[in-house]
Amino acid sequence: MTTTDATQGAPAARDAAAIDVQDLHKHFGENEVLKGIDVQVARGEVVCVIGPSGSGKSTLLRCVNLLEVPTIGRIFVEGVEVTDPDVDIDALRSRTGMVFQQFNLFPHMTVLQNLCISQRKVRKRGKEESVEVARRNLAKVGLAEKESAYPAHLSGGQQQRVAIARALSMDPDMMLFDEPTSALDPELVGDVLAVMKDLAAEGMTMMVVTHEMGFAREVGDKLVFMDDGVVVEEGLPSVVLSDPQHERTRAFLSKVL
Amino acid sequence: MPLTKRKRAAYLRYAQYVLILALAAVVVLAADWGVLRDKFFNPDIIRDQFPDVLTVALKNTVVFTACGFAFGLALGLGLALMRLSSVGPWRWLSTGVIELFRGLPALVVFLALGVGFPRAFPQYEIPGGQLGTATLALGLVGGAYMAETIRAGIQAVPKGQYEAARTLGMSHSRAMVSVVVPQAFRIVLPPLTNELILLTKDSSLIYILGLSLDQYELTKWGREGMNSEANLTPIIVVGFCYLIITVPLSIVVRRMEAKAGRAR
Ligand SMILES: Nc1ncnc2c1ncn2[C@@H]1O[C@H](COP(=O)(O)OP(=O)(O)O)[C@@H](O)[C@H]1O
Ligand SMILES: [Mg+2]
Repeated sequence: MTTTDATQGAPAARDAAAIDVQDLHKHFGENEVLKGIDVQVARGEVVCVIGPSGSGKSTLLRCVNLLEVPTIGRIFVEGVEVTDPDVDIDALRSRTGMVFQQFNLFPHMTVLQNLCISQRKVRKRGKEESVEVARRNLAKVGLAEKESAYPAHLSGGQQQRVAIARALSMDPDMMLFDEPTSALDPELVGDVLAVMKDLAAEGMTMMVVTHEMGFAREVGDKLVFMDDGVVVEEGLPSVVLSDPQHERTRAFLSKVL
Repeated sequence: MPLTKRKRAAYLRYAQYVLILALAAVVVLAADWGVLRDKFFNPDIIRDQFPDVLTVALKNTVVFTACGFAFGLALGLGLALMRLSSVGPWRWLSTGVIELFRGLPALVVFLALGVGFPRAFPQYEIPGGQLGTATLALGLVGGAYMAETIRAGIQAVPKGQYEAARTLGMSHSRAMVSVVVPQAFRIVLPPLTNELILLTKDSSLIYILGLSLDQYELTKWGREGMNSEANLTPIIVVGFCYLIITVPLSIVVRRMEAKAGRAR
């Protein structure tokens, strides 16, 4: 199967970027939301995407694991072209963890069941192995004692950490975050960012849509500023944030900083 | 002296109590209690009904209804998933089946399966005899209604749930089975229980199929008893038996709805 070949590292694939988006266009009917995006994420790199609401950040992220189907353009994940109609999309998604603004934990399952279900059904792991992996990841996000709780009984910050642990339990090659802290009360944001920072330190490849400029500056290897469906500017976070080259970047940063 | 609003409301309420009491008095005085007791609540006949009205008739009603409901639930879920399919012909087929069996009176469905089918296809037979035919007929009638209820329930599950499941690598069907449908069922439990109440009553149409003595369900039992005793008491007994099933069910529905209301 092509996806596993690529991740287990044929020499050619090893040189490829983890995520390579080439000339991506996305239309919703008449509305062109992405107007030719090129973005690369190298292995182990943390790329933060910022930009005004409606600029197409979520759509870009959702195109990477085909929650949205690109209209034009090519996307490679670990050297495999995901826009190729023959690609095994379920296998691809199972190696690409995604964390949503609204957590999207399964409310009818306990925390442990949330972490085990796709290990069992998709990875075909046995019960014991999946529970062991789940407990390891829960401990990692600092919620080992919550394994039998239902999501409704957790705070937003705890739910988001469980969602991260759930994605990690599939042993993904990379993680996509879509404004993971935007739905949280301010005092809960720090815990989630701390988990993400640890993940970055372990070398996880991450693409993070965020409004947390402090996180982008401290943890990000690259900052991408999007506006109105195009990448306006990208570069080292400290450089882009302190010395933006474009008027639109300056205008946006003056509003959020 | 002008009445305050509150006083006027109080007087109006008393007036209504008086009216209700007066109506009750008229009924009590006008009724011929001797005849009523003899023809409707005859203690000897009531005694004769037991225990068979419970062990045969009530049991059969429960069995017919349970089988019809179980089949209808499976059918309804299948139709709902077809209705939401991206494949056109599935959608058209399920819409056709739903509209057909929602639009026909249950009696017509029973006649079609019980009388029409054997004449149209004498060489075939619906498996399971009377119980099989009743299950099929009740299931088709109930399933058509439940399909629309379940579809609405599935659509009420937030889209993010499905997307999160797919993001974890689950296939469409796995995401539906493990994530979306279980949540949809919680949402539609009260309306499904209402459907169970309706099916309990629709099971009275099974008499069309022609039943042997040990297959009598409540309504058939009551009618036969009424004819042989020339007395309405068996019907009254049977009526109470229906209420034994339906009233607890509607209390359950009300509880579930109150609970769902609180959770919101
Ligand atoms: N499923 C959809 N159907 C139609 N329009 C959409 C859909 N998803 C997003 N859009 C539109 O695309 C634009 C970009 O949305 P989005 O990617 O969510 O922006 P951002 O995440 O940067 O706020 C918005 O104008 C939004 O209305
Ligand atoms: Mg967004």
